[in-house]
Amino acid sequence: MDDRRKVLELLRENARYSTEDIARQTGLDAEEVADIIGALEADGVVRGYMAVVNWDELDENHVEAEVELNVELDRETSYREIAQRIAKFPEVSTLRLVSGEYDFVADLEGESMHDISDFVADQIAPIPEVTQTVTHFVMTTYKERGIMLETEDDDERLSISP
Amino acid sequence: MKRSERVEAVPPSGIRRFFELAEEKDEIISLGVGEPDFSAPWAARQAAIDSLERGRTSYTANRGRRDLREAISRHITRYDLDYGPDEEILVTTGVSEAIDVAMRALIDPGDTVAVAQPSYISYVPTVMFAGGEPLPVPTFPEDDFQLTFEALEDAGAAEAEALVFCYPNNPTGAIMDRTSLEAVAEFVRDHDLTVLADEVYAALTYDGDHTSIATLPGMRERTIVFNGFSKAYAMTGMRLGYALGPADAIDALNRVHQYVMLSAPTTAQFAALEALRSSDDEVERMRDQYDRRRQFVLSRFDEIGLDCFEAKGAFYVFPEVPGDDEAFAEDLLQEQDVAVVPGRVFGEGGRGHLRVSYATGLDDLREAMHRLEAFVREQEITL
Repeated sequence: MDDRRKVLELLRENARYSTEDIARQTGLDAEEVADIIGALEADGVVRGYMAVVNWDELDENHVEAEVELNVELDRETSYREIAQRIAKFPEVSTLRLVSGEYDFVADLEGESMHDISDFVADQIAPIPEVTQTVTHFVMTTYKERGIMLETEDDDERLSISP
Repeated sequence: MKRSERVEAVPPSGIRRFFELAEEKDEIISLGVGEPDFSAPWAARQAAIDSLERGRTSYTANRGRRDLREAISRHITRYDLDYGPDEEILVTTGVSEAIDVAMRALIDPGDTVAVAQPSYISYVPTVMFAGGEPLPVPTFPEDDFQLTFEALEDAGAAEAEALVFCYPNNPTGAIMDRTSLEAVAEFVRDHDLTVLADEVYAALTYDGDHTSIATLPGMRERTIVFNGFSKAYAMTGMRLGYALGPADAIDALNRVHQYVMLSAPTTAQFAALEALRSSDDEVERMRDQYDRRRQFVLSRFDEIGLDCFEAKGAFYVFPEVPGDDEAFAEDLLQEQDVAVVPGRVFGEGGRGHLRVSYATGLDDLREAMHRLEAFVREQEITL
């Protein structure tokens, strides 16, 4: 694996690793790591850093849903244009074009089921190219972006062993 | 009750006392663990479950299931080892059992067995239980803890019947390069020793490939190689290992094994078979993790200013500490809640060192090294 890939791999594992800690794990020096991260950002490979949140641990209303979207394209409209229109809403956290029965799948976030229903009804469904929406409310998230949201079992190993 | 002289002659494990000290404290970070922090690959666990669901709970052949021995026979070709499934492989209850039965099968009362040290703590006791006389052969930091011709000579190993060593090494993390192995092989051939080579950490080698001494000229006929599933496949609790050797030697090991063990755990054999079949990627993933942590820990010791040779195998580093290793480890535990194992419990050459295991997640490693640094700085002030 080249150095750039190694650094990327570590950032994907934990974007809060300090430059020094990445250096210590890869045998690079901290300055090289900083340069690589700078280049990854400048080249648009790394687009951002976010926390993975277990909303159940917060005393807040938070609802997520996945919406399947069917669209009908015409000569003047491409997937890309429709995607841009949908992606601009802050309620949409993820938007993907997928293969299979429907065209897009959008992840939505809101404070209540009502919020999300309204959003789909008022903002998404009226888009002329959208022919059908199917909304799935998320009931439980077990794992997100490689991170388990349930606390895993404690280390059961003996504290000292030969 | 009357206890045998053989047992009385063996002191209780030095690791035991430290374990008890560590157990008295809650919320410590332990870098004293000699087993992976991962779990066995899921496919291997599933195979164990499936075998139980099908009611496969009987004994197996003494030597282990034929399909498992065939799979082992294929697996070890990656180390250029060639042993047939029928007569040259014995599946055992962990490498620990294999070493015990090998001592009993190959050593006569009064025979001297050279033991390269620092090393895993069971070699000396198993020699003694077999009635043999252990002869410690030290290894040194200036040789990167590799066993040398000179050390064997100086220790008087020429008179020994057998030599036991473990590379990649627990506790030092040292590996043997081909040149050093060749020198040892020469000594062994010159003095007609049997070699017991514990290679349970073979898959955890970070700089080049593992070389087995059995692949060197004239060595196959005088070597028993031990390997197993505990370390590479994170299957310590499954208790499964194996011995490889010439047919007459494996037959001798099996004679002990068939009476004391009958057969290795059946459920574990199914898990092991699946591990060999499908878990190379998983092993590689764990190895990559260990390697990153290894580099992290070595960098930190360098920054802290404790001498630590570049360990290239297993999941241990073996830094030097100022003063007494046992006092250092005990104070570190009491003051900073970090557990490590004092080097002396691993025998000759271990004094003045600590075994630091990096089979621990990076968050804990980082915090433990931070505390260790604070501890060292504090000591420097009081000195």
